[in-house]
Formats: sequence, structure tokens, C-alpha cells
Amino acid sequence: MEQKEIKTTPIDLKALTNAPVRFTGGHRACAGCGMTIMARQVLLAASETPVVVGSATGCLEVTTTIFPYTAWNVPFIHNAFENAAATISGVETAYRALKKRGRLPADKEIRFITFGGDGGTYDIGLQSLSGAMERGHRMLYICYDNGAYMNTGIQRSGATPRGAHTTTCPVGAVMPGKPQNRKDLAAILAAHNIPYVATASPHHHKDLMRKVRKALAVDGPSFMLVFSPCRLGWAFPPEQGMDLCREAVATGFWPLYEVEYGKWIINEPSPGATLAPVKPWLQKQGRFKHLLQKGNERLLEEIQAGVAQEWEKLKKRTTL
Amino acid sequence: MSNVTIKALTGNEAAAYAMKQIDPDVVAAYPITPATEIVQIFSDYVNNGQVRTEMILVESEHSAMSACIGASAAGARVMTGTSSCGLALMWEVLYVAASTRCPIVMCDVNRALSAPINIHCDHSDTMGARDSGWVQLYAENTQEAYDTLIQAVRVAEDPAVRLPVMVMFDGFIISHSMEGVQVADDAAVQKFVGPFQPVRWLLDTDHPCTVGALDLQDYCFEHKMTQAEALRAVPAVVQKVGKEFAAAFGRSYDLFEAYRLDDAETVLVMIGSTAGTAKDVIDELRGQGKKVGLLRIRLFRPFPAAQLRDALAKAKVVGVLDRYESFSGTGGALYHEIRSALYDLPARPRLHGITYGIGGRDIFPADLRQLYLDLEAAGAGKKDLPATDYLGVRK
Repeated sequence: MEQKEIKTTPIDLKALTNAPVRFTGGHRACAGCGMTIMARQVLLAASETPVVVGSATGCLEVTTTIFPYTAWNVPFIHNAFENAAATISGVETAYRALKKRGRLPADKEIRFITFGGDGGTYDIGLQSLSGAMERGHRMLYICYDNGAYMNTGIQRSGATPRGAHTTTCPVGAVMPGKPQNRKDLAAILAAHNIPYVATASPHHHKDLMRKVRKALAVDGPSFMLVFSPCRLGWAFPPEQGMDLCREAVATGFWPLYEVEYGKWIINEPSPGATLAPVKPWLQKQGRFKHLLQKGNERLLEEIQAGVAQEWEKLKKRTTL
Repeated sequence: MSNVTIKALTGNEAAAYAMKQIDPDVVAAYPITPATEIVQIFSDYVNNGQVRTEMILVESEHSAMSACIGASAAGARVMTGTSSCGLALMWEVLYVAASTRCPIVMCDVNRALSAPINIHCDHSDTMGARDSGWVQLYAENTQEAYDTLIQAVRVAEDPAVRLPVMVMFDGFIISHSMEGVQVADDAAVQKFVGPFQPVRWLLDTDHPCTVGALDLQDYCFEHKMTQAEALRAVPAVVQKVGKEFAAAFGRSYDLFEAYRLDDAETVLVMIGSTAGTAKDVIDELRGQGKKVGLLRIRLFRPFPAAQLRDALAKAKVVGVLDRYESFSGTGGALYHEIRSALYDLPARPRLHGITYGIGGRDIFPADLRQLYLDLEAAGAGKKDLPATDYLGVRK
């Protein structure tokens, strides 16, 4: 792909304190939920232009739009579970259609953002997302990845990490959690040759907001995969959510990187750094606690080796 | 009255031509036999600059309807077309389109649902979608397909309605058969459909609204009530739009078509292209002094039960033809609806349900002639007929 400079205004945290509140408090998300913190950061970063927001069925939609209340001070649409990308692609197309006919002013700038959980993105919504990306709509799709179907009660998804306990891959007498690896979704999206793909984490809020601005600045589709702790699904005390985010990055379980016009750039950890071991991070989450039990040592080693392997693969991609 | 040109068009060409003249803001569509041509021909119009429509060439029918919902909620006039399995894949979001009150107009070319896979006409696709909250209008022929699509825009967008409308015609029999079609000029169609006026729209960013909220025990019931109320407003709007269409284009439309029905004693009720064959048979039997007639359904959802009851009240025997197998064990949905509509009559006509034409099985004048004669004999007590039966199947 032809390399282009993505021009954005830098994140000014002080200025953002005065930005309009487009995603309000008072919603029904759990204490300690990473998703709503992420949504607030996204809407703050996107405060430079009017936006229309979409969401797949899932925790975000369910906790923020219980009629007659809404946490959205921006136009918002929820359609169904697997079609958030197709739906916002319709909204974006209507925007171009109405501009062409003069029913919207020619200089009216609107940006389009849609959210989906990992179930709605890695699994049931992957086709709709792939189609929308391939068609080139100028839209930002954000997947908040909490590693399972949390809204329906913690069932395994294509994002569930190996070894994790969920209610459909429970730790049992003969099976210690999920036996398969998660998909490399960011790489799948990068393979669509879209202008911008990035991973992010709400603990690294400035990085996340910088990436949202870049994603909205490119003239085409963009995708962000955001780490999103789920207190209930992962079983941790609510005040530890952001710590888990930080450590996920430091261990290399959730490296922060961008793919700009096909060019892979690692943001954190530093490519030269030694990764923190995953064991202490796993230990803090109930979904992994069985890995510390006697007899599961090999599984723990495999998980650590898997993280290292993915990290090496990512580093190689930056040299291409 | 608008200037009229007569064009030789297939059903699909006529549908695409109507869409061209309507010039919707957005079309999202996916190809499927036998409706593919609609998308193909319309793509030609788009790529040659003959319409200003923005087209979304999606990766599935589910995404087609999802994108239509997004575009409609955003404030655009939206159309699409599909058939059979494509409609089935849209299932989930058909309900969303209706309940979100998106006035989308969709053309469905009737084709059998799989399995066995079959590309030919029956009504199993749209009969299955009859309770999705969409207005359903069935056309008999190419002219009516063209006319109904134009009217459908007005019905869908009427302030009392604001619901999606499905316009149907028979796969291959109509979609691929050429007829002389009277087409109006573009300006007349534009004048008839008028500008699209969204109520609450997402692109009106100064007035944010939340579309598709979670609606629980305390409000969902009331919202369904308002939707049902909108659907009940449809028959009057279909009649009003039909009259205005007659004034503008010279062809009039009502909730259903009554053919030689006034004094008819033996009546067939049916949907779609078979009515054309039936009318010929009726003329022939009338020539022999038989009091036979036809009631052809146009508006199926909502079902205009009271009007149909009145129209059938004087008949002695009514045969109801369903062109699909309902698997109810008790006949097809049209038969059920007519049976229910007639229930309140103090003296009900004798009623028979006949399933025919599945998977594109042809029906001939001789079949219908015999059916009229059998029904007449049953009415006179000279023949025993079961309550429901199949016509044209090898037994």
C-alpha cells in the first residue's frame, strides 16, 4: 500500500476536560468494566467532529440504552448482533447520498464509529465486518475484546484465550478450560489492506485516544481492537481492571501496535524489552486460577510459550 | 395524466425501471436467482449516471437488509430486492426493519425456499415472512409489478404508516417473461413519490436520537401496540394511494382485484400470476353460463379481512389457492385467513383449500377449468371434495 502521513491533532488532556460529554455516566455497566471506560475515551477523542455511533448487540448496547434512558448524547443505532458493520456502512452511505443531493450541507463533516464485543466481531459479525472493510466505507469499527460472550453469561468465543475458564468451556475433570488459541483478529483485519488497524488498551488512554484520531483521520475503513477487562467473566476485584490492562501489555499478551497503510509499528512493549512473565497476571484472574494448580504446569508453560511466539511473529511483521 | 410509453419489459426489467424512476438515495443488495437481474440492471443505471443512488454491494442478504436499516434510520430513501433463500437470510432483520419503522421498499421475486433447492416460483419465501411486520403487496403481472413498486414508496412513507413494504411477483413466470408495459416519464414518477421526509434521522446530528434501544417489560408492549396500529392504517392508505395513482397514471388499484365476482357463485381466491390464467378460464366458463369469478389478493399484510368477507359473502363455494406448502397440516395461510374472515358470516360459503404450483409446477387452464367445475359440483351436493387438497401433483 502507498504510505501516507496520517495528520491528526495531538491529544490535549487538559482541553479534553472541557470537551462535550457525549457518553454519559448513569449507564448500567458493572463497576470495574473496561468497556465503558473505553467508550468514554473514544468519544472524547472523537469530539472534534459530529459522530454517529453504532453498536452490536452486547454489553455496551444493553447497559447504555435501556429505554427510556440512553447514555448517548450522539446519534446512536443498534440493529442486531452480527451486523454492526453492515448497519453503520448503511448510515455512512446515506451520508454520502444525502450530501450528493444537497440534503446535507456539502461542508458537513460526520464520522462513523461502531462498536462490537468479541463475540459480535471475531465470531458472528466477522462476515459483515469483512464485507464493510472490503467495500471501503469511511468508518471506524472498534472491537472491545473481553475474551468471551459476557452479555449472555461468559461463554467461549473465538477471542477466548487458551486455558481460560468459561461457562461453555468450563474447567472440568477432563478438560482444563478452553483448549484452542484465540484468533489473531487484528492481523485478519490488516489483511484487508485497509488504511489503519490498531490495538489499544484503556489503561494506555492517551495512546488509545491518539489512535482513535488517526483511525478517524484516514479516508477509508479503520479498525481498532481494544482490550476490555470483564470483572464478572474474569473474576477480579473491580478496582484492579486498569492494572490488568497495564500488565496485559507488559506481558506481551496484549501488545499495542498499529498497522498504517500496511506498515506494522509496535508501540509497547518496546521491541527490545524483555516481556514480563504471564503467570502473575494470570494469577489475578479467576478464569485462569486452575492453571496454577498441580498438574497444569505444562499448560501454563504452553501459554507462556504461545505469548512469546506471537510476540516474535509481531516483531517480524514490523520488519516487512 | 403523465405521458405514457409502452416498453417491452420482463418483470425484473420493469422493477429495475421503476427503481430507476424512483431514484432512491441508497440501494443495498445482493444477487440471487431469479431476482439477480434487478440488482444487475440497476447497477447499470448507477454506473451510467442515470440515477443518483449510492449503491452498497454487500456480501450477503443479511447485510443487505442491515445496511438498508442503517441507511433508512440515517435519513435516506432506501430500496432493495431479493428472493427465496435471500429473504430467509434476512429473517432476523426483517423484524428489525419493521419494528424500527424503516420505510424501506423491497422487491421480492417469489421463489421456493430450499430444500430441495429449486429456483422456480412458489410463495414459500414471502409467506414465511408474512408476520414480520412488513406490508405485503403481491402483483399479478409485469405492469402491476412496476405500478406497485411506485405506489409502495408512498404507502411505506405515509405518516400514518412508516413501515417497510414488500412487493412480490412470481419468479420466472413474471420476472423473466416479457410483456408490454406502460411506463410513465421520470418526472411524473418523481412527482408521484415526492421528496423523502425523514422524521428522526441519525444524520441530524444536532438532534441526537437513540435507535434500537433495549426495551424491556415496562415499554416493549406499548411499542408493539403502536406498530400494530400503524399496520392497521395500511389498507386505507393503500386505497388512497391506489386512487391517486389512477388519477396520475390511469390504472387503478384496490386492496384486491375482483374479476366477474359480483354475481359469482363459484369463486377462486388466489395470489399472483395464476390469476391471469384464471381470468381466461372464467371468460370461457361464463360463455357457457357458469357463474364463476375470481378474487385476487393484492394486499396480504395486513390482511383486509372485513373487505374480503364482504366480497365473498354472496358466493356459494370458494376455493382458496395457496402456492406453497405451509406444513400446518390444515392448508395454507391464505386458506386459513379466508376461513377466518368468513367465520362471522351468518351463512358461510362452502370453502376448500387447494395447494398447487410448488417449486414452479405449471398450472394450466384445464386444471383451473376442472377445479371450477368440481367446486361447482361440490356446491350443488353432487361431488365430495376434501376440505384441503393438492392440485397438479402426482399422487
